[in-house]
Amino acid sequence: MTIYDTTSTEELVWERLALIPDPEVPVISITELGVVRDVQWDGRQLKIVITPTYTGCPAMQLFVAEIRAAMHEQGFDDVVIETVYSPAWTTDWISPEAKEKLRKYGIAPPVKGASDDPFSEPPVVPCPRCGSEHTTLQSQFGATACKALFTCDDCKEPFEYFKHF
Amino acid sequence: MDTNQALFQYCLRLGDTNLILGHRLAEMCSRAPFLEEDVALTNFALDHTGQAEALLQYAGQLEGKGRTEDDLAYLRPEWEYRNMLLVEQPNTDFAYVIVRQWMLDTYQCLLYDQLRQSKDAVLAGMATRFLKEAIYHYRHSSSWVERLGQGTDESQRRIRQALDDLWKFTPEMFAADTSEIALAALGIVPESADLLPQWTVNMARVCDKAGLQMPSGDHASAGIKSGRHTEHLGHLLAEMQYLQRAYPGAKW
Repeated sequence: MTIYDTTSTEELVWERLALIPDPEVPVISITELGVVRDVQWDGRQLKIVITPTYTGCPAMQLFVAEIRAAMHEQGFDDVVIETVYSPAWTTDWISPEAKEKLRKYGIAPPVKGASDDPFSEPPVVPCPRCGSEHTTLQSQFGATACKALFTCDDCKEPFEYFKHF
Repeated sequence: MDTNQALFQYCLRLGDTNLILGHRLAEMCSRAPFLEEDVALTNFALDHTGQAEALLQYAGQLEGKGRTEDDLAYLRPEWEYRNMLLVEQPNTDFAYVIVRQWMLDTYQCLLYDQLRQSKDAVLAGMATRFLKEAIYHYRHSSSWVERLGQGTDESQRRIRQALDDLWKFTPEMFAADTSEIALAALGIVPESADLLPQWTVNMARVCDKAGLQMPSGDHASAGIKSGRHTEHLGHLLAEMQYLQRAYPGAKW
């Protein structure tokens, strides 16, 4: 690897990272998810800073493995992947375009609550298929840590909700 | 007390409580009353274990002796564990699982909310993340308390029993040790005693909705500061640590 131009190398890395899909929600990439926080190339070593979505998310190990594999494929031998907890990841970092991709895929995107009070009621989640606001929470917990299960009271379809976080 | 040392102790307490509760909840896998609840409890287990991983990793860095989160989890004996006695209590029945969870969720919501303001950036970042998880846990566990309290005679009897039985573990949540006192003076952590009034208000509110009498809190038990535990922790660790004890350094 003999690219010494820092800016173009980092841009190349970002472009390549944008091709790695979220293992659980393959319509969006890990960069759209907001997991990759920083890319630094010093001419020898490539450092990629990521932040976990959920602390116990089993997909994080896969993120790391896939990032490493993609970077090796690009010819980077010395790759350091650092995990940081601060600032904490939030679903606000998911881009509006990515939220629309989620909705089209059938997963209701995160809805920001009216208040930060832990003891307040959760917000209304519109159905990703018909847009109805008459939906019922079936289970706060779904197939992955980041999703809850709902059904639509109008079109009667069950759907997954990407929890606001 | 040296700040790093105090913060090490503090993270160990928080990390151990999460680790042991995570393990207890993992024991519920395939044993919940129905499938969605099984998914919920194992989600909780993942969250708590994930929080423990982050806290113990940070604890290991603060200690500076090269211990990793795995070393701390799998190679410490019972008396070096600093978890709350509440979380090592067994999954006697579903009501115990729910009450134990609800008591701790209410506490963690309040604690993490305060810790977000910590002068320690790492702890503040972790608390911001953990709070979001704790809120989901709280909503779930408190709604179960209401359902069981308002349910059948049998569900009422069981949740009362669990509440009366687990209530004795309340005081240790709000008792400070030397590391907490040192860190609170520096604005790094809140004084846990300050969380008690709000905790009590929230517990009373849910008890009220559930038609439950809140037990009076004049019990005393504290193992978190001394390393003394109930008989249950040893059995839990025997299972959790078995592999690393039998095959030191095993990896897969």
